[in-house]
Amino acid sequence: MAKKVQGYIEIDKEKCKGCELCVVACPKDIIRMSKDVNGKGYHYAEFFNPEPCVGCADCAVVCPDGVITVYRARIEV
Amino acid sequence: MELTADKIKELVVKPENKVYAKTPLLTDKTLSYCPGCGHGVAHRILMELVEEMGLENDTIGIAPVGCSVLAYEFMNVDMQEAAHGRAPALATAIKRLWPGKFVFTYQGDGDLAAIGGNETLHACNRGENITIIFINNGIYGMTGGQMAPTTLPGMRTSTSPYGRDTHMMGNPLKMTEIVAMLPGTYFVTRQAVHTAKHARKAKKAIKKAIEVQLEGKGTSFVEIVSNCNSGWKMTPVKANQWLEENMLDYYHLGDIKVDGKLVKEIV
Ligand SMILES: Cc1ncc(C[n+]2csc(CCOP(=O)(O)OP(=O)(O)O)c2C)c(N)n1
Ligand code: SF4
Ligand SMILES: [Mg+2]
Repeated sequence: MAKKVQGYIEIDKEKCKGCELCVVACPKDIIRMSKDVNGKGYHYAEFFNPEPCVGCADCAVVCPDGVITVYRARIEV
Repeated sequence: MELTADKIKELVVKPENKVYAKTPLLTDKTLSYCPGCGHGVAHRILMELVEEMGLENDTIGIAPVGCSVLAYEFMNVDMQEAAHGRAPALATAIKRLWPGKFVFTYQGDGDLAAIGGNETLHACNRGENITIIFINNGIYGMTGGQMAPTTLPGMRTSTSPYGRDTHMMGNPLKMTEIVAMLPGTYFVTRQAVHTAKHARKAKKAIKKAIEVQLEGKGTSFVEIVSNCNSGWKMTPVKANQWLEENMLDYYHLGDIKVDGKLVKEIV
């Protein structure tokens, strides 16, 4: 079995203001804006494809509102 | 084994795998800043450092007047609110009374370079042992996007609707280069936070600024070239591109003074 670095992010969608900076920052292009809106009326960021995520945290570092939590682990595949 | 999204979540989302989360030194209050505003990133890296350096009980911050007037609501450390532009004077008093504390000011360009230009120059010239964090977005964000001393030539604002005419309105003030020439400053640098790479670099620079103060070396001054997408009338993504192409062309990034010595030719 091979090992792989796997990342995963959690986005606090109610606190997201929909600025889209994380979408630009993600080197793997796996964040997009939702079609739905949150309680504030913003289209929030959505993590739509976890598999390529390496947990680099670039999205969380550029998020002005600190709504992204990042996890990273070596898993067996 | 097929890696479904649910399977990945189950394998990876565990407390021991957490590599990045908002620091507890930011309160749970929703920031009052517009979506995409650089103030939020600057707040976060500063508070991450206070936490990582174990200074949470030994920090006193001074909030300015400007969009970050409510910084004391968001930064979970002891804070004082200053009158417009007067943060360096207040920081001077607090640091002289509490020399063992890490004392910083957090100021916009209207606050630091316009109404507070005088305070800034004199505090730096006296070499007060404080750290000044200067958020330069080239505009008065809070009051509706008026021209600031830092507004770029030709830049449109609500008080320069045809663009800043340097013959009539003067040239943008490079406060950071000016304070670097004063003997009281020990570490002077210009950074940005619009990309992850820049934000990580800015964090290292602020760390150095804090260390300089803890060593009692004199004033440390960190400019952060930032955006004001509302005042610039752009989306956050566009504002960051504009910043890269225009602001950084005038406000060059990098250290200007290190260990009390100029490391860059001042032009
Ligand atoms: C004595 C005084 N004069 C003027 C004002 C109005 N005023 C409030 S904020 C501000 C400028 C803020 O601009 P800046 O410091 O660049 O902060 P930003 O909002 O861009 O972060 C001004 C002129 C005031 N509050 N008090
Ligand atoms: S007005 Fe400008 S500086 Fe103020 S919060 Fe909005 S984007 Fe930020
Ligand atoms: Mg400003």
